[in-house]
Amino acid sequence: MPKMHMVDALNTALHQEMGQDDRVIVLGEDVGVDGGVFRVTDGLIEAFGEERVIDTPLAEAGIVGTSIGMAVHGLRPVCEIQFSGFSYLAFHQLEAHAARMRWRSRGAYTVPMVLRTPYSGGVRALEHHSESREAYWAHTPGLKMVIPSTPRNARALLVSAIRHPDPVVFYEPKAVYRAFREEVPEEEETWPIGKARVVREGDDITMISYGAMMRPTLEAADRLAEDDGVEAEVIDILTIAPLDYETFAESARKTGRVVIVHEAPRSFGPGAEIVARLVEKSFWYLEAPIRRVTGYDVVIPLFAYEKAYLPSAARVLRAARETLETPA
Amino acid sequence: MPREVIDLPYQMDYLSILDEDGQLMDEDLEPAIPEDRLLQLHRTMVLVRRFDERMLQLQRQGRIGTFAPVRGQEAAQMGIVAALRDSDWMVPSFREQAAAIWRGQSLESILVANGGFYQGNAMAEGTRNLPVAVPVGTQPLHAVGLSYAIRYRGDDDVVVTFFGDGATSQGDFHEAMNFAGVWKTPTIFVCQNNQWAISVPRTRQTASKTLAQKALAYGIPGLQVDGNDILAVYVAGEEAAERARSGEGPTMIECVTYRLAVHTTADDPSRYRDEEEVEEWRRREPLSRFQTYLKQKDLLSDGDIEAVEDEVKKEIQDAVDRAEKRMDELAGEELSMFDHIYAEVPPYLREQRDELARELQAKEGNDA
Repeated sequence: MPKMHMVDALNTALHQEMGQDDRVIVLGEDVGVDGGVFRVTDGLIEAFGEERVIDTPLAEAGIVGTSIGMAVHGLRPVCEIQFSGFSYLAFHQLEAHAARMRWRSRGAYTVPMVLRTPYSGGVRALEHHSESREAYWAHTPGLKMVIPSTPRNARALLVSAIRHPDPVVFYEPKAVYRAFREEVPEEEETWPIGKARVVREGDDITMISYGAMMRPTLEAADRLAEDDGVEAEVIDILTIAPLDYETFAESARKTGRVVIVHEAPRSFGPGAEIVARLVEKSFWYLEAPIRRVTGYDVVIPLFAYEKAYLPSAARVLRAARETLETPA
Repeated sequence: MPREVIDLPYQMDYLSILDEDGQLMDEDLEPAIPEDRLLQLHRTMVLVRRFDERMLQLQRQGRIGTFAPVRGQEAAQMGIVAALRDSDWMVPSFREQAAAIWRGQSLESILVANGGFYQGNAMAEGTRNLPVAVPVGTQPLHAVGLSYAIRYRGDDDVVVTFFGDGATSQGDFHEAMNFAGVWKTPTIFVCQNNQWAISVPRTRQTASKTLAQKALAYGIPGLQVDGNDILAVYVAGEEAAERARSGEGPTMIECVTYRLAVHTTADDPSRYRDEEEVEEWRRREPLSRFQTYLKQKDLLSDGDIEAVEDEVKKEIQDAVDRAEKRMDELAGEELSMFDHIYAEVPPYLREQRDELARELQAKEGNDA
């Protein structure tokens, strides 16, 4: 199995899906000749031509709105918004139309499109290039919201998203794009939308995260094992909406202690929904208050203070220890 | 007559005053700019050019972050703002360092902002410049709102907004033009047509022959100018400002210019454009043309240029020194991320601020 970065794994998914399904169209700003500003779509225009790989005019609403039309007519558009901070210029297209076409037409028309867009901080970027606002889309009935965390699951999830019958907002953690390589099988691989994954098993505490925050979370779990002799169970959510609550609720029933990690602002963030599900499904098994390690409820600072804003392994570790210290 | 021709005024001026080498083509078109003003414009243009180069150097050294160089577009910005009053508003996108510096923004603050510190975005008291707007094409609407408010207050100030060729594809841009046309606001829409929206050329952005003609659909005058000719840009700006001030409403000016450098420092133009094209535009760049004009008027000598170069070099070095000192001072002020979110800090944010303070303390303890 070749080892690759997340950008190359995503590129592989696009190449393979476009190669076997001529309904798949890629469109967005700079996705063609430039190969995407992060090179995720590199080589596609050479392989599949300008009709299937479209350098669009600079208009996010235009990109998403035309994708909706293409999808209704049977194509499988995979559109790119260059940074998630610019996706709000297409908010109405997603909320008012992509999310509701199936509902409004009583199932006659559907929108099997994917909106790919990089999110996450930690790359010394400009304003609007570092946010984590998945809650907007997760809160919108009719949209699916996916966030991979490694090259392999990114490839598998993107393939599933392209084949999915409903619109999928696909957030790519740009801090992970070229952070590490992982073996990705050449043969086709998928991962179901709506399914979380236990990536580390343990009986003492449950740690729940996704996307770029999986790395500090796993690092904290390793430290707990090495320094404290504590075995954490770590769950990668992978799909934010619909949430696979059974996987983490079951883990919480086993460990009784939970820490949730995300870089999105805390209030009304995915962590709040996870807590609610845990209270509904595992309340009688909990032995300590659930803790959230998150971004603060502020505009993510420009890069000088970014590190202080983003959850670190040290922050996750401290929260986990506090949770563990609470007597049962 | 069930089907007849609607007569539309489908014509558009293209204005240029200096030729490609900087020679005055038509003396009747030459604006009456006082000599000291011309020299001040020249000095600032040299300052902006050298500052841009220095920022690129600092970025490559990792001392500041990603930024959008202005090289090649100095005249297209400065010609406009030179025709404005201090009490007029400027609403920029993210590449308007030349306009901002002319209107009083300090080099130090630009460096601090690009060094990752939002403190650099603090607007100096008395200046009427909005901070940069990164999402493309979103800011012209604010210019229309500002212009409406100015007129509502009975003032005769005007508002200029800058945006690029890519921005003319955005819905917000068209809404702004339409509102301005309907409300007849004192707004000057200045399109910096630098030919490239990252990798997408002007020809792939719109099927229109010009960008200026977008104005026609909204019932407002449009004009295309040689954006690398500071005199032509100045004349266009002055005409538009006069129209706006006298209650005749908005104007759109398309400055035909060229982005000589990268889109931002994260961009690699060799992937999408030929060096020959860049070379072609480099011959027409605005600074040398302006210098030729000033020399022909006997306002500037090679010795003067050398003196200006020395002056701005020192000014830039001083700004870099001050900015680095300031950034060192600001480095430990992470708690400021809770400032300016709301007029008053709500209790839950105060708690989060305390939480961050504890985190920072714990970190210090660990580091020690």
